[in-house]
Amino acid sequence: METLGFMMAAFSPINLLLAVLGVSAGIFIGALPGLSATMAVAVLVPVTFGMPTEAALIMLGAIYTGAIYGGSYAAILVNTPGTPSAIATTFDGFPMAKRGDGDLAVTLSTLSSMVGGLMGALALLSLAPLLAQIALKFGPVEYFWLAIFGLTLISALSEGSTLKGFIGAGIGLLLSTVGVAVVGADIRYSFGSQFLLGGVEIISALIGLYCIPVLIDLVATPSAHLQPPGEGRGIRFTESLGLMWRSKFNSLRSAVIGTAVAILPGAGGSIASLVSYSEARRTSPRSDNFGHGEPDGMIATESANNATVGGGFIPTFVLGIPGTPPDAVILGALLVQGFRTGPEMFTTHAHVTYTFIGGLFIATLLMLPLGLLIGRYAFKSIVTIPKALLVPSIAFMTIIGTYAIRNNPFDVVVMVVLGVVGWVLSRYGVKPSPIVLGLILGPIAEQGFVQGYLMGNASGSVVGAFFGRPLSLAIIAMVLLSVLFPLWRGWRHRSSKETVHGH
Amino acid sequence: MRQIRFKTLKTFALLGGLLSAATFAGLATAAGAEDFPDRKIQYIIPFGPGGESDISARLQQKYFQEITGQKLIIQYMAGGGGAVGWSQLNEMDGDGYTIMGTNLPHIILKPMGKDPGFKTEDLKNFYYFHYSPDALIVSNDSPFETLDDLVAAAKEAPGSVTVSGSGTQSANDIANRRFESLADVKTTYIPFKGTGAAVTALLGGQVQAEWGYTTVAANHSDKVRMLAVAADERHPQFPDVPTFKELGYDLTGGAYRGMAVPKGTPEDVTKKLSDIFGQINQDPEFREKMQELGFVLIDVPYAEMDEFMAERRKEYEKVAREMGIIE
Repeated sequence: METLGFMMAAFSPINLLLAVLGVSAGIFIGALPGLSATMAVAVLVPVTFGMPTEAALIMLGAIYTGAIYGGSYAAILVNTPGTPSAIATTFDGFPMAKRGDGDLAVTLSTLSSMVGGLMGALALLSLAPLLAQIALKFGPVEYFWLAIFGLTLISALSEGSTLKGFIGAGIGLLLSTVGVAVVGADIRYSFGSQFLLGGVEIISALIGLYCIPVLIDLVATPSAHLQPPGEGRGIRFTESLGLMWRSKFNSLRSAVIGTAVAILPGAGGSIASLVSYSEARRTSPRSDNFGHGEPDGMIATESANNATVGGGFIPTFVLGIPGTPPDAVILGALLVQGFRTGPEMFTTHAHVTYTFIGGLFIATLLMLPLGLLIGRYAFKSIVTIPKALLVPSIAFMTIIGTYAIRNNPFDVVVMVVLGVVGWVLSRYGVKPSPIVLGLILGPIAEQGFVQGYLMGNASGSVVGAFFGRPLSLAIIAMVLLSVLFPLWRGWRHRSSKETVHGH
Repeated sequence: MRQIRFKTLKTFALLGGLLSAATFAGLATAAGAEDFPDRKIQYIIPFGPGGESDISARLQQKYFQEITGQKLIIQYMAGGGGAVGWSQLNEMDGDGYTIMGTNLPHIILKPMGKDPGFKTEDLKNFYYFHYSPDALIVSNDSPFETLDDLVAAAKEAPGSVTVSGSGTQSANDIANRRFESLADVKTTYIPFKGTGAAVTALLGGQVQAEWGYTTVAANHSDKVRMLAVAADERHPQFPDVPTFKELGYDLTGGAYRGMAVPKGTPEDVTKKLSDIFGQINQDPEFREKMQELGFVLIDVPYAEMDEFMAERRKEYEKVAREMGIIE
């Protein structure tokens, strides 16, 4: 039980204080649209250089956890994801807030994030070396098929017309090709502009596509932004607990999905929450309510994205390969501190690793009191803040946030242009989520395909490379299931209707 | 209610300030080289955080402050494999308070192809401080015990040996091309996005070997071994790994890293910066930390920069011609 002793070291007063500070700072940064978890961690890395490694890690882990959770505030209350991980939270979180259930949504998001966070941390604690080995089995071909699988989620994510969903995804895929290609170094669609060489930065596109339409609508409609909450309702904690209990399987399944996606380097919280959302929608008896303020949708996304925190540390610690973008920053900080990742992390440096994991548990648990406290004020202040102040504040944050990603003023232009285009498109039924999905998955699919093709050529059989591996066959089966299931359900729906008519 | 609102605003302002502080620092007055630097310096890395450029800059940070008493603020301007940052460098304030990391072979190779928005000779490099030697890496259980084994396999079935690396027309791609022509073999080079992804492919058994650096081997020492290192001498961290030269291939090189200032920066200030970073390179603690991570320190001060760059250029031009980047 040496491990337990190391974990208890996280409970020292100074470590606890750092965890509280980290979670609070993370919640604030995450809640501001445009400031992502990666940025929160990167900004605070220099602060941790003077600290002992354990303390530094605890603080960085706490900031990361807090930021992923804080992202849900903006998603629920303003309909703009605070971090990319919270995209899917807007789908049901904001409709809930709109009808006056913002307090319930924030409390539910807190509870779900905690469940997800604990699940991720538990996987890190107990199964890290095993899961890391599984992650290694995923080669370029598997990533290609996974990206294809991700694209099939469009049918689940697009409201109304699936065709318009595919149009959106096509736009996203096209946007993802702008700039210098990773494989081949071809320069595509840069139109001679040096700024477009770097491509369309995903987070700036996200900010534009989700925040700008919201801002336009806020200004264009005269009604209040959100319904004010009923008097004396508090945080509706018991009600939330009841809802969580009803959705316990949903929450756990989403947490498992989140952990699994995070273990694969290159994916992240945004993909994890989108996958778990569509999965929750597919299996829920209330699937028609999804997108109109169904608590289950939000429970799914928030459980999943916080599970990516612990899950992402698995390849980071065991293999030295960052699972999510913030992990890359934390890995860099570890190297500067003179740490080598790998099995040593669990043997020679076990005291550091397990103290950190203990810290991650503490940070996750701290989200409950801190989150409920901050969330309550966030809700009240967003409801009472006049639009004349809310709109310029968000507009200001989107610009600062976009600029800060790579200190590139042109990203701000891209953000605004995409925002306006996105607003127009959504008036015609092309929603932002398929566009974003295309933008995120495009490069993964493209690189996976070309790398797989090259590998197939070297081994003498391209077909064998793409269809000959058990793991890829399993993913192909998932793709087929995902495509055929809605068709089958639609067919059954129709034929049962016909039977009814027949009688 | 009012108080809460102000609190939120304050947080907004605080964060905004934090992010833009370094940008606005450029507005203060410039002074002579004697008291340079009298405020913090902005150090822009034209890549994302967490990479080798970032890590080595983070290591310099502490010693810069020890020597000058001023802070070195690291910022990122990622995009286009560095091109986004380098194409904007000369439009920044040339007062010495803005410096940017530059990398070889990137800054020489990129402008040879299509126009990336900057020219090699427009970058005013003032110090090159280390390089990560190229290394041919295999996993611990690989059947290739020596470099000869790999060469033999590649000769037997041309193109059948798969080698991963980071990017196209990158340091890894070049190392592979040069090795192919020196050893007269044909391999299949598979570019990945970044060194991390290239190593993952090796660890997962997707490829048979990887073109990486000594730093990669240092980082994953429990799972991989190097067949040979493209340095002049054996790396002190890996005394058992031969150099390519020892094995009969005239191959040295890797990813070199240095710093540049905007073109308009005064000569005396540039010289002073070169001296400061030279001093950091001499610090025994810094040297030890860099070496442990697998880097090899070099000293190319401002005065010797032109000669160094000309030499590198000659070498890369030859490869670029073979790769078809230039006619």
